[in-house]
Amino acid sequence: MSAALPGPVMVAAGCGGTGRELEPYAGPAGLVGLDLVTRSITLDPRPGGPGPRLAEVPGGLVNAVGLPNPGLGHFLATELPWLVRAGVRVHVSIAGATMGEYAELAGRLSTAPGVAGIEVNVGAPDEAGAGVLEVREPYHAASVVAAVRREFPADRPVLAKLRPDVSRIVEGARTCHEAGATAIVVGNAVPAAFADGRPGGLSGPAVAPIALRCVATVRDALPAVPTIGCGGVRDVASARAYLEAGATAVQVGTALLHDPTTVARLRASLAAHPPEETA
Amino acid sequence: MPDGPVHVEGEVVATKRIGGYRHLTLTAPGIPERFRAGSFVALTVDGHVTRRAFWVHRVRALSALGPTLDVVLETRGSGTARLATLPVGAKVAITGPLGRPFALPKDAVSCLLVGEGYAAAPLFPLAERLRERGCSVSLVVSAPDEAHLLSALEARRSARSVTVLTADGSVGLRGTVADHAADLVARSEADVVYAAGPHDVLHAVASAAEAAGAWSQVAIESPTPCGTGLCHGCPLPVVGEDGVDRVVRACTEGPVVRGDRVRWDAL
Repeated sequence: MSAALPGPVMVAAGCGGTGRELEPYAGPAGLVGLDLVTRSITLDPRPGGPGPRLAEVPGGLVNAVGLPNPGLGHFLATELPWLVRAGVRVHVSIAGATMGEYAELAGRLSTAPGVAGIEVNVGAPDEAGAGVLEVREPYHAASVVAAVRREFPADRPVLAKLRPDVSRIVEGARTCHEAGATAIVVGNAVPAAFADGRPGGLSGPAVAPIALRCVATVRDALPAVPTIGCGGVRDVASARAYLEAGATAVQVGTALLHDPTTVARLRASLAAHPPEETA
Repeated sequence: MPDGPVHVEGEVVATKRIGGYRHLTLTAPGIPERFRAGSFVALTVDGHVTRRAFWVHRVRALSALGPTLDVVLETRGSGTARLATLPVGAKVAITGPLGRPFALPKDAVSCLLVGEGYAAAPLFPLAERLRERGCSVSLVVSAPDEAHLLSALEARRSARSVTVLTADGSVGLRGTVADHAADLVARSEADVVYAAGPHDVLHAVASAAEAAGAWSQVAIESPTPCGTGLCHGCPLPVVGEDGVDRVVRACTEGPVVRGDRVRWDAL
């Protein structure tokens, strides 16, 4: 595997809008070279779930956004060309209802100009919210990753995004890496509920210690598997915690909703100290 | 000056309790200069992950402290409570101006502006812009009671005619916007109707406008966790120009949308 890893600072899936909305807050360097993971794209358009989709809780957010997206065709025709023109390194997050859909998404993305990589969303907090193929079991996740890997050029990264599940993360990371994932993104929203019991996923500072534990556990058990930390990254200290625990990069998500300049500030601060090459 | 929003550190330069609301005057470098009526700002609250969105009530291009903007806030929870207690001199991170503002008519037409509670705030700068264009402006300010009427006195300076409505009849006409919408639209002979307030007020005004053959523009207030379009957390069901049902973001495709485009039953 020779795919170069993105980093050290990325925009996490679902928190970067369509990419355009970040431009006013991207700082003097603009969006050029920014590693942005798109919101999860499905083959067909999805309107997303009903409101309220997000609720603030101490230390984070509970969300059930429901993967709103315009579908692959519209994404390729409008959002992707805009992002490519802006100089963004586009990592397309994909979610499918079947194995075949994942393969088709990967196949069509493999020929779309300007796609830097794919992130496979295999750790959605709740199937009720996502309504996509249940792929949290490591075996199923690995099968999906293998299908995507077969369709996508070997010199471009395929990231597998797993939920920070302390008891299953090593197994998940190992199987997905063996199936061809370039790196494991550790840190989707963790299963939670709104105040009325409706299922959702918890993200933000509250999940940082959990995701950090998962990164450290994978590093100890599988030192050859590159990981990308995601969960509660909001400043240099929280980013460094992941990098020092062995992550090759961090993804910034919920913090962008608090301060849309977070990624620009972290890119500037961490650029002077890039993580070691591990690819 | 570019149109896009900016994220800046502002400062509270005045804070006043007026009736049931807190009026904050803020410096926010770059935002008053970019502001257009109907756009809004989002304030970061320490200790809270999401931000709080506010209508801009007034901008002053010139003051001793440079350009400032006023927001009107009603305490709803711990975030707004914290902002309401910010003292003069407090620093606060502000993003704005956000969202699509009210569209202004090209010609000098007759306009009716209807606002309920603190959400009437964006109608005041709108009234000024419309008057500058020679439009005839009628303003309706409504609230549950007198304490929640926004700036009725100021309204008399901004509009040709002002109607005050309170649900409890404490001042002005007794009743709600829904009770009076058809009559108000008919009497104003408005070509364009603008509204800002809760969904039932907007729906009543949009329906009355449609029945009277007037255009309507409504400023939709939804919880906007980020305000910037990043989180897709403020779904707004609309009918597109092509007649197809869609869900858009209230913060970026709104907050101002055509009243006849909102799928009110799906809100």
